[in-house]
Amino acid sequence: MENIIQGKAYVLGKNIDTDQIIPAEHLVYSLSKPDEVKMYGKYALSGVPLPEGGLPEGNIPFVKDGEFESEFAIIVAGPNFGCGSSREHAPFSLKVAGAKAIIAESYARIFYRNCVDGGFVIPYETAEHLNEIVKTGDELKIDIEANTVENISTNTVYKLNPLGDVFSIVHAGGIFAYARQENLMAQG
Amino acid sequence: MEQTITQKILARAANRKFVDAGENVWLNVDILLTHDVCGPPTFDIFKEEFGPDAKVWDTEKIVVLPDHYIFTANEHAHRNIDLLRQFAKEQNLPNYYDVGTNRYKGVCHVALAEEGFNLPGTVLFGTDSHTCTSGAFGMFGTGIGNTDAAFILGTGKLWEKVPESMKFTFDGEMPEYLTAKDLILQILGDIGTDGATYRAMEFDGEAVFSLPMEERMTLTNMAIEAGGMNGIIAADSITEAYVKSKTSKPYEIFQSDPGARYHSKYRYNVRELEPVVAQPHSPENRATVRSVQGTKITKSYIGSCTGGKLEDFRMAAKILKGKKVSVLTNIVPATVKVMQDLECEQYQGETLKSIFENAGCSIALPSCAACLGGPADTVGRSVDNDVVVSTTNRNFPGRMGSKHAGVYLASPLTAAASAVTGKLTDPRDFL
Repeated sequence: MENIIQGKAYVLGKNIDTDQIIPAEHLVYSLSKPDEVKMYGKYALSGVPLPEGGLPEGNIPFVKDGEFESEFAIIVAGPNFGCGSSREHAPFSLKVAGAKAIIAESYARIFYRNCVDGGFVIPYETAEHLNEIVKTGDELKIDIEANTVENISTNTVYKLNPLGDVFSIVHAGGIFAYARQENLMAQG
Repeated sequence: MEQTITQKILARAANRKFVDAGENVWLNVDILLTHDVCGPPTFDIFKEEFGPDAKVWDTEKIVVLPDHYIFTANEHAHRNIDLLRQFAKEQNLPNYYDVGTNRYKGVCHVALAEEGFNLPGTVLFGTDSHTCTSGAFGMFGTGIGNTDAAFILGTGKLWEKVPESMKFTFDGEMPEYLTAKDLILQILGDIGTDGATYRAMEFDGEAVFSLPMEERMTLTNMAIEAGGMNGIIAADSITEAYVKSKTSKPYEIFQSDPGARYHSKYRYNVRELEPVVAQPHSPENRATVRSVQGTKITKSYIGSCTGGKLEDFRMAAKILKGKKVSVLTNIVPATVKVMQDLECEQYQGETLKSIFENAGCSIALPSCAACLGGPADTVGRSVDNDVVVSTTNRNFPGRMGSKHAGVYLASPLTAAASAVTGKLTDPRDFL
């Protein structure tokens, strides 16, 4: 696992639910056939009402119309990110679009587990109200060992909560890699 | 050490006497549930991780209930059903309920109860966030993603953090105009959509234990709307009577110890509560129906795992008997059994089906249908600036289809009363 994640920020509000992350009508696509997988990138965060996407200005889509990947690698949001359904298609779509990490004040449980166990994007928590400070397009740099995020655009460093119990799963790259490492996959 | 009912059930599944809130434990899974949206990617991950010829850990413990995108022309949706069928055949899964056959059931959470898979004291994981519904049977049920489900398919185990518990006690005798939906929307308004994140929501009190199983399922169903890991109601004689009518499988009843620790406790007197709605666009956006009475609606929708059970239609029929609806009203039975029951069950000498037809409602085939929007040709899907009153569980932007629509979550009584007047209407006006 790389120790530094760097990229542009995409800022959202609170309670971003999985219907906003990937609207249910798109869940029919395969998550393994490459020509269909890219559709999850195309529609990532497409359910966010336009004025609420790409804060503070808004009206900035995560993925531009007609494209399959986002220019933003780090999502910054308020509390309760990923609430709603269990669809693993949600963190999957963010990954396919090119997101590497999320920094939110808190997460809904199933979304958080899916991020970690599926090894899609790293779900960082922070006590700071970063989505009220960071602007969409700011260049951010996450230092995984130091548990910090630097806003290169404003030259400010913020603390991230340590990943704690799930660090070893994130580090392994998901629950299967972790379970093999720890010899947990025997049946019975 | 004294424990909550949730701790005791997880301790049993972890082969322990005691588990503490906050601990990560590995659990032996009693049932894994999946459906047409999350089954195919789960099976893909299973094959990738355990090998193309790997066998599932226990064929009897896997329940596959297609229910999401069933009555649609969408070819990708059809392909997902084909993939379920193929996997069930490869693995000889006895509990696969195929579309287009007389085994098809409908909405998985209601079908699990009907088919006798809900057993007190057991642990259920499902690739659907509303798997918490089964907690109404004094068991642990929670939603997971495809990767976790694939892990269970191969090993029969999963790690889980033992949740702290929150207790919600409802005292008093339920008035005729109040439903389980009003109780859970009341809680959601009080604690918010992340008020129970990673916690168990335990429901207790005289009013809760007076409810029939299907109403209890409405309470536990929406625990996830507060972020809850699980909702739970201890099993009693009503639970046992229901379970024994469905299965002869053994089960074990657990109760919370009197000294068990809770994160917090809430207490309500149902006599002081009123019919409520959750306004667009969040389940926590509570208002009394009276305070928004008169808001014009364009559709009424009665269906889903939350509001499409026989008990929900019994309530709706009480209001719709002898009346006409003034907006498009979709009646979507959760399961085939509920649909059949509409033809037998009577209110004041008329079958529920006839009451709904005579009121001008449109009755659809059992599935999740427009609760989550679905493909473009889904029955009841919201369009344009629709204003929908719905017995479903979520009203996020775009949830029922159109991003521009507004959804008011309500009880079947409120949805039926509003269907008649074409405006949000307190059911007390009709009862």
